[in-house]
This record gives sequence, C-alpha cells and structure tokens, in this order.
Amino acid sequence: MSQILPELKYAKSHEWVRCQDGVALVGITDHAQHELTDVVFVELPTAGRVLKAGEACAVVESVKTASDIYAPVSGQVTEVNALLSDNPGLVNSDPYGAGWFFKVSLTDPAELTRLMDDAGYRAQVGG
Amino acid sequence: MPVQYSGIVEEHLAVRNAAGLFDISHMGQLLISGEGALTFLNRVLTNDARRLEVGQGQYTLLCNEPGGVVDDLYLYRLTAAEYLLIVNASRFDADHAWLERRRQAAPDPGPVHLQNLSASHGALAVQGPSVIAFLGGCFSSGAPGRPGRLDAMRKNEIISLPFQDASFHVARTGYTGEDGFEMFGPVTHLESLWNQLLAAGQAHGLKPCGLGARDTLRTEMGYPLYGHELDEHTTPIEAGLGFFVALDKGEFVGRTPLLQQRQSGVSRKCVAFLMAGASPPPRPGYPIWETGTTVEPVGRVTSGTQSPSLGRGIGLGYVPPRLAKPGTMLAIEIRGRHYAASVVPKPIYRRPAEAAANGVPAKAV
Repeated sequence: MSQILPELKYAKSHEWVRCQDGVALVGITDHAQHELTDVVFVELPTAGRVLKAGEACAVVESVKTASDIYAPVSGQVTEVNALLSDNPGLVNSDPYGAGWFFKVSLTDPAELTRLMDDAGYRAQVGG
Repeated sequence: MPVQYSGIVEEHLAVRNAAGLFDISHMGQLLISGEGALTFLNRVLTNDARRLEVGQGQYTLLCNEPGGVVDDLYLYRLTAAEYLLIVNASRFDADHAWLERRRQAAPDPGPVHLQNLSASHGALAVQGPSVIAFLGGCFSSGAPGRPGRLDAMRKNEIISLPFQDASFHVARTGYTGEDGFEMFGPVTHLESLWNQLLAAGQAHGLKPCGLGARDTLRTEMGYPLYGHELDEHTTPIEAGLGFFVALDKGEFVGRTPLLQQRQSGVSRKCVAFLMAGASPPPRPGYPIWETGTTVEPVGRVTSGTQSPSLGRGIGLGYVPPRLAKPGTMLAIEIRGRHYAASVVPKPIYRRPAEAAANGVPAKAV
C-alpha cells in the first residue's frame, strides 16, 4: 500500500502540494511513482515560468513510457529540483522528500481548497 | 503476459545477470506437415529450409510479392516431414491466411497440411546465464541424464522432453541475447511447468518477467519487433536481415524485388543508435535528424527506450544509407528539442567481456 501523508494536498492527477508562506512545493505521490515504475528522466519547467493550474508543465519518463505532470496550482516557478537531472530515481525512493519537482509562488491561495486532502486522495486511489 | 511483475528494470537485470521466466503463450504455433512441406515452406519463406536437419531451427521471414514482410518467425524441423512455425501473435491470422492462399495457389508439391496448435498449445521461455543450472531438473523426473542433454544442445536446436504425462518441444533460443530456452507444449500443463520452473530457479535468481523487460532486452540486442521495425512495406534487406534471405536457393515469394535491392541498394536502412548523453528516452515515432539540419527529418525512431544495462537511451530506426555507418552522429527530436545520438553496431549491448574485447563501453556512466 502506498504512502499518503496527512499534511499534504493532492491533485486528481497524482501531484502533491506542500504549502508554506505562499510558496507551494510540488511533487508526485508515492502511488504515482509506484505506477510509473523506474523513473529514468525528469523534465522540469524553467524557473520563472508562469503556470496555470491544470497545465502540463513537466514530464516524467520511466523505462516504458513518458507521462505529463500537471501544475496543481497557478503561479510562478521559483525553483526546480536540480538533483533530479543526475538522480531521477529520487522520485521513486523519496517521492515526498528529495524527489520533489519544483516550487511555485501562488497566484491564488484559494486554489488550494480545490485540491484533495489525504482522505480524499486515499479514496481516489483505493488505498 | 503482463507488462511487468516486480518492475521492468529489476526483471531486465535478472535476465542479464541470472534468469527470467516469460509466459510467451501469445505466440502463434502452426504445424506444417506432409511430403510437400519442405518444398512449400521453401517457396514462401526467405531462409533456406533445406539446411535444417531434424531437430534444428532457423529464423526466417514470410514476404509478400513486393518483398515486404508479412511476418518474421522461427521454423523448426521436428521430424523428416513435420515443421513447427512460431509466429507473432498479432500476425497469426495474416500468416495463416497467407499460407493457406499460397498453399492453394502453388503448383502441387505433394500433400501439405496446416494445423493450428495455438488454441491447445502454449509456451514459456527461460532466459539468462543461470538457466542451464536448473532447467534440466524440471524435465528430469524418471529420465536420468536429461540435464546433460540440454547442456549439449546447440543454439536453435530443438528436442522433445517429457513433462508429467505430456511432451514439450524445448528449443535453445530466445529474444533476449542471453542463453536460454523456449518450451512449447499443451496449455493444460503450462501452469504446472511455470510453478516448477519458478521453484527450481528460485535459488538461481529466476524472476518472472513481463512484456516490458522482453522489449528492453530485445531492443538492447537490436532484434526487430513486428509492427515496429517490420511491416508489409518494409523488406528484410532494409531491416538489416539479409543474412536470413537465401537469394541463391531458387524461387520464393518476394525473391525478385529482394534480389534487386541487394544488387542496386536500398533507400533506407534500419540502424541502432545510442544517445550521446543524458536525455529523455527515445520513443517510437520520434523524428530522426541529420546533425545540423533543420529542414526535414531523415527518418523515424521505430523502437526506443532507456537501456537498463547501459543506463542510457537507445533505439532503432530507419535512416538513408549514407547515415547508417556506425559512428555517424544523428539527432533525435524529443518534444521539440534535438538530442545527439550515434549510430552503433548491433547488438547495442554486449556482455562486459565481449565489450572490452571490441572496445565498446560496457556501461555508460
């Protein structure tokens, strides 16, 4: 059974958000990394890019397939996880920690209320 | 067969370093027999079936009149006038219809019987360097000396071995580049054989493997997959499979255009390539560019993945012959960006000892 943390918000498309002081840290869930299997490449948005919630903004490549990652919230990318270019396997080994994707300064903090809490996400993935 | 059991990379490396077990029951099985079987087969297949002694097999192709590939398959000679064809699942109906049509159209070479075994027969494959250490034990009950018999088999040889109250054809072949065997027998006994193999292989690192690993393993070897490198508009010569086309054996379907291609050259060739550095994995359909050009791509990727053995992107694709020489730099377009790749000899992956002898890096960092 995959891990779902109570302090995070979740998007239907399997991204998680950890919000602090108007900045959202974004990654993909343990369930998602498990489904994708061995991640071999991650393409991240460039810092400074302005994202709209729901927009495809990153790509995760496993051995078998390429999957789009969607911005769970709107805002400007302030930082991306540079470690992933040399070590994409962090997405598998530590999806809620060292395997984070990017940080976004929120345009509209109210968008967070449209995301699911841990119980909602657990119900979605049947965990 | 599922895409994966424990994970593509784990399964892939099990086959390269120990052993993997595949359910390949999706493959079609056709039995062709009768006095006219050899003559008939030699008229429809590209390789020379006359070279097969009883107990031997060969890779061969079924072509249409313009030389396009209807299917690629394995042909085994079971007895003097009995042949087993192992064909692609997706091509079974096309093959069967094509063979029936040719059988009726061809001048009668003597009786030829086609029998579809696919519904009643399945197949398992065990692949990897440790397979030979445990496979014999699964067939050895009441038959001492069997393991030695497997060990003595040469590549592409096929023998018949008893399993419980049934009989399996066991061939030393595979689709991974490793030593291994494919076992063809009644579906009623497959589950039992699967379980026995898993138990016997456990101590030797055997893992059940899915389609995902099957695909990465064959791609590392540069083996074609029907629907990717091969189709009815692509010839074996273009695909780099000329070795399996016996132009000197006499008339067969597709011979004239294939001979012409052999003499005057082809307009495109299937090449293997290795990404020059870290990149997203190349995937089927991605455009291939000549380095430094931006007008139009020179070809398309037909197979591509991240090589679990090399830790780098690899693939197969068609390019003009002037760009097909190993060492030629190409660019693969991935989501609008060009990534450098070099044409490499097949197989793309070699066992570390072989690689060192050939001056090829065994593992990219």
